[in-house]
Amino acid sequence: MRPNSVVIELTPKFEKAAKQALENTQLRRNMGKATQTIRAKRAAVVGELPDWQALREAGRAIKERTLRHLDHYLLQLEESVKRAGGHVHWARDASEANRIITNIVRVHQAREVIKIKSLTTDEIRLNKALKEAGITATETDLAELIIQLAGEHSSHILVPAIHKNRSEIRELFMRTLGVKELSDNPKDLAAAARAYLRHKFLTTPVAISGANFAIAESGTIGIVESEGNGRMCLTLPKVLISVMGIEKILPTWQDLEVFLQLLPRSSTGERMNPYTSFWTGVTRDDGPQEFHLVLLDNGRSQVLADEIGRQTLNCIRCSACLNICPVYERTGGHAYGSVYPGPIGAILTPQLVGVEHASSLPYASSLCGACYEVCPVKINIPEVLVHLRAKVVREKQDHGGLKGKLDPENLAMQAMSRMFSNRVAYEAAQRMGQKGQWPMVKDGYITSLPGLLGGWTAMRDLQALPQETFRDWWRKRKKQEEKASE
Amino acid sequence: MRVSLFITCFNDTLFPGTGRATVELLERLGHSVDFPLEQTCCGQMHFNTGYQREAIPLVRRFVEVFGDAEVVVAPSASCVGMVREFYPRLAELSGDQALIDAVAALTPKVYELTEFLVYKLGIEDVGAYYPHRVTYHPTCHSLRVLHVGDAPLRLLRKVRGIDLVTLPDAEQCCGFGGTFAVKNADTSMAMLGDKLRSVRETKAEVCVAADNSCLMHIGGALHRERAGVRTVHIVEILASTEG
Repeated sequence: MRPNSVVIELTPKFEKAAKQALENTQLRRNMGKATQTIRAKRAAVVGELPDWQALREAGRAIKERTLRHLDHYLLQLEESVKRAGGHVHWARDASEANRIITNIVRVHQAREVIKIKSLTTDEIRLNKALKEAGITATETDLAELIIQLAGEHSSHILVPAIHKNRSEIRELFMRTLGVKELSDNPKDLAAAARAYLRHKFLTTPVAISGANFAIAESGTIGIVESEGNGRMCLTLPKVLISVMGIEKILPTWQDLEVFLQLLPRSSTGERMNPYTSFWTGVTRDDGPQEFHLVLLDNGRSQVLADEIGRQTLNCIRCSACLNICPVYERTGGHAYGSVYPGPIGAILTPQLVGVEHASSLPYASSLCGACYEVCPVKINIPEVLVHLRAKVVREKQDHGGLKGKLDPENLAMQAMSRMFSNRVAYEAAQRMGQKGQWPMVKDGYITSLPGLLGGWTAMRDLQALPQETFRDWWRKRKKQEEKASE
Repeated sequence: MRVSLFITCFNDTLFPGTGRATVELLERLGHSVDFPLEQTCCGQMHFNTGYQREAIPLVRRFVEVFGDAEVVVAPSASCVGMVREFYPRLAELSGDQALIDAVAALTPKVYELTEFLVYKLGIEDVGAYYPHRVTYHPTCHSLRVLHVGDAPLRLLRKVRGIDLVTLPDAEQCCGFGGTFAVKNADTSMAMLGDKLRSVRETKAEVCVAADNSCLMHIGGALHRERAGVRTVHIVEILASTEG
């Protein structure tokens, strides 16, 4: 088992989980409405910037340059954080990171921690690890809190409760927060959560955050958010622990300029997000008096080693690819079986856990390319998907034993490659199709196909093969021309 | 111009009418058409499904068949996208420098039909007549791999007698995606369902696109629904004339 296999539970396969999700009409309605709204908002604010394409290119270039010299910048960051009075910890994988964090909380004899929304801590299943150590973690981001109270997993990287509508949230709050009377007005729902959280902010000694950015030159960590609850966590508790994937680093403050334009517009469809917080080590008598930075690898250096796959590490977790994806819009996030759903999840998850453990995810796309078009750091997601599909196939062919070799798809693809490599064989196959199709053809159409192709005729008819191919017609025409010129 | 027609295996076998219309149109515009009979398949299905090793011989074959062409034109955006955008990658994977060079020399000469007409030849009015209510579905690979832009629409707008209506949410994928339609049949159908609703909303008689693969997907469902809408490849409209 790979050290980072804690990321997900990838059973069942995507196509099975998707089928189940597609049945949920409430989910379809909620997802359709939410993604369409956010898509329109994004398009409007992106359209305002004449240099959007140049910004994307700058974002990509900065990320790729930084990743090329990641070792250098990480050491620089460590030094800067220490200089500013912080502590730095290196975690190879999820269990190492969880152990480090749990130990820090224990040293302070804390039984409770408050959390800022963080995908990285979801990735390492931190809340579960803390719970096992007798420590209660409370999510303070409204949507994360909803998910936590419901005992569910996130279905979107930015708006984890996107699959829930407000009447579902009202019922949840009445059940779990002990609120007697509550309307489904968003303002009232927010007020109920606020009353619950305010007490936590004021009494909990340790806060845990992720990081949107880390500036190597100064050792500064940054978070962007909408609600301000994150800022409460960053300022009120005595101890602050930030967990970040090693790819989140930027060399200088100047680099940040590009990303603070790209991120809010791509994620929430806003010109600027309401709260942007930065902190550098500790400041005497102001904010947390103890700061720990946990640098997490958990498979990232393996992703970095892959020439095509490494662009995945450019990701700034904006979720524009989720909102635009026609597959994600219909299946929702849970079908991806990972804390990273949608197109970015379909390329990140298999790379973090190994394609053999997530072999259905690279196929969870029609390769329509909409994700690549909106990605603010120009991750060519379709390119990486196809690259990962090739790894899945290679794994099946080279390490799948007899079962892999005799896989019907593999056999068909091998046979077709040989057939297409030989004109005579190709033309013979055409004739065989024309002649062999008759038992299935009715009134010029095929309405039911066997085996692998049955998925096609479940909803679509297939027109029968015409009895004359184009090349037959061409040959006939050439002959007639030759005859005419004789 | 001497145009080498790359028909694609799909059109050759399933949609010969698209090929005949392509020949007719190009000849009407004063070009000579050549059809190298040794051509088979570009390898797109193999490549997109992850069978890269199996696709490389098809790259080699394509380069041998079309290497000497003045210009190669195909009535399929996705197959041209395969050749132009992904052959360089496959050639690189083969490690064969001669193939890498041959692909680099050939790919700039390969065009999808509508971009060839509008961007290479600078023609928008091809003298077509098509008295039907038509809606245009921009296929994903024509839009986002080849970047043909509005070339197909510019051609359609000049067709006489046509009643061209805008397709709502036109740029949304129809859910075909090659083997995706079979591997993820349920999700594919959910996407297709929304596309069908958009098509029906237009009250069009004909849904047109630059890819027969997507049209087979959309058309197959329209037929199953007895929707009273048929799918037609754009070249078949462009080749139609009065009388």
